[in-house]
Amino acid sequence: MSFTQDELDRVGTIRVAAAIGHGLTTIIIDYEAGNLRSVARACAEVGLKALISGDPARVRSADKIIFPGVGAAGSAMRSLKRSSLDRALIAAFQSGVPLLGICLGLQISLEHSEEGDTPTLALVKGRVRRFDFSEPSLKVPHMGWNEVRRVKPHPLLSSLESGDEFYFVHSYFPQPTDLTSVFAVASYEHEFCCALGFKNYFGVQFHPEKSGRVGLGLLERFARWGGAPC
Amino acid sequence: MLSKRLIACLDVRDGKLAKSVKFVDTKDIGDPVQKAREYYEDGLDELVFYDITASSDKRRILLDVVEAVAEQVFIPLSVGGGVRTLCDATDLRLAGAEKINVNSAAVRRPELIAECAAAIGSQNLVLSMDIRRVRTSGTCPSGYEIVIDGGRWPMGLDALEWALTGEKLGAGELVVNSIDADGTRDGYEIQLTRMLAQAVRIPVIASGGAGKPEHLQQVLGEGKADAALVASMVHYGEYTVSELKRWLHDRGVKMRMSW
Repeated sequence: MSFTQDELDRVGTIRVAAAIGHGLTTIIIDYEAGNLRSVARACAEVGLKALISGDPARVRSADKIIFPGVGAAGSAMRSLKRSSLDRALIAAFQSGVPLLGICLGLQISLEHSEEGDTPTLALVKGRVRRFDFSEPSLKVPHMGWNEVRRVKPHPLLSSLESGDEFYFVHSYFPQPTDLTSVFAVASYEHEFCCALGFKNYFGVQFHPEKSGRVGLGLLERFARWGGAPC
Repeated sequence: MLSKRLIACLDVRDGKLAKSVKFVDTKDIGDPVQKAREYYEDGLDELVFYDITASSDKRRILLDVVEAVAEQVFIPLSVGGGVRTLCDATDLRLAGAEKINVNSAAVRRPELIAECAAAIGSQNLVLSMDIRRVRTSGTCPSGYEIVIDGGRWPMGLDALEWALTGEKLGAGELVVNSIDADGTRDGYEIQLTRMLAQAVRIPVIASGGAGKPEHLQQVLGEGKADAALVASMVHYGEYTVSELKRWLHDRGVKMRMSW
């Protein structure tokens, strides 16, 4: 792929225009994993009309998917399987639909989580590990504002500036097998991947919906993203 | 590493912003939704609403305020005051609050902490403690006692013991509010904050007594707090949120400086 950022942005804008014209839908996946309304509110703020739904048929026909979530990996996977949303998500990913995972939504896109020793969706190769510090002053969960450092350009991170911080709340972190899928890192005793991308999938460990202007900027980029990777 | 957080507390009474001195003599000082928006745009890291409405029939007003704020403020929102049941907590969460603060009701019935933590996650459950300095005794070995119902009833419960119990039951964060310091503007209770912050492994928010930027620096440093809560310092326009953050940042306190 050799698109410039400008080209990607332009393609994104055209797609958004088309989306408005044809009533395309963005789905925020509802799988009983936390309060999704804050994600919907933040989407609305950047002009992305999103529908909260747990219906696999809607997920399969969605034009954009946001996969949020807080809570435990095990119960999240059980809930997804029970409602067949796991298969709908995998199908949507394979069809090339732009997909944004947030927090737990990122973690269960990998193959396995240490949390409850849970096999997860395996959209991206890698594992999820727990923060395990010998230093007692470091608290788990990692909760609060931390700097996100971009290590590779991606359309969703194009508005990110040096020193920008996002809001995090998590005890586990992603460890993708293929390091080329790491787009941003944060540091909490050690550096960890906090944004990963693979094809039409992008996942963030932080909460863009709670991260002020910089978070809204990322969601706005997602609204304009056609799903083309870097 | 994590930045220290600056948190503004809006005491809401009957839908209006209020400020009290030592928990009495409450007066109205403006529209909470407008204030929230102003602080958010000025770089605030987190917002707390504390409902000091006396009657429960006016609770709906608080939910409306939270909902209006959640629509335009995209930082963590925390709400407390009068949360007695899991149902109260759920209502507030649906209105748009991330974090729920429990206080007096948890002292009366500690299981409330475990129930809420299981339902909304420990990370979203904050144990807020109103604490008064007392003479060290058998029932209060730490020299600090828990007081409930807005400072009305001393419980003969040791603050350190209660903090540890709360953590064990599933609280994800502690608000340490010193009644002795509240509203004085003479500075936070450093000794108390430090004692609790060193005893638990969950984040501690210092509350009560902030009057000058130096007080924030002191409690975030010496006091070992993860976050400092302010109210009157910013409500009356004496300091702005961004001024405080810039001041702390210039003195080496790690703060979020781009927003």
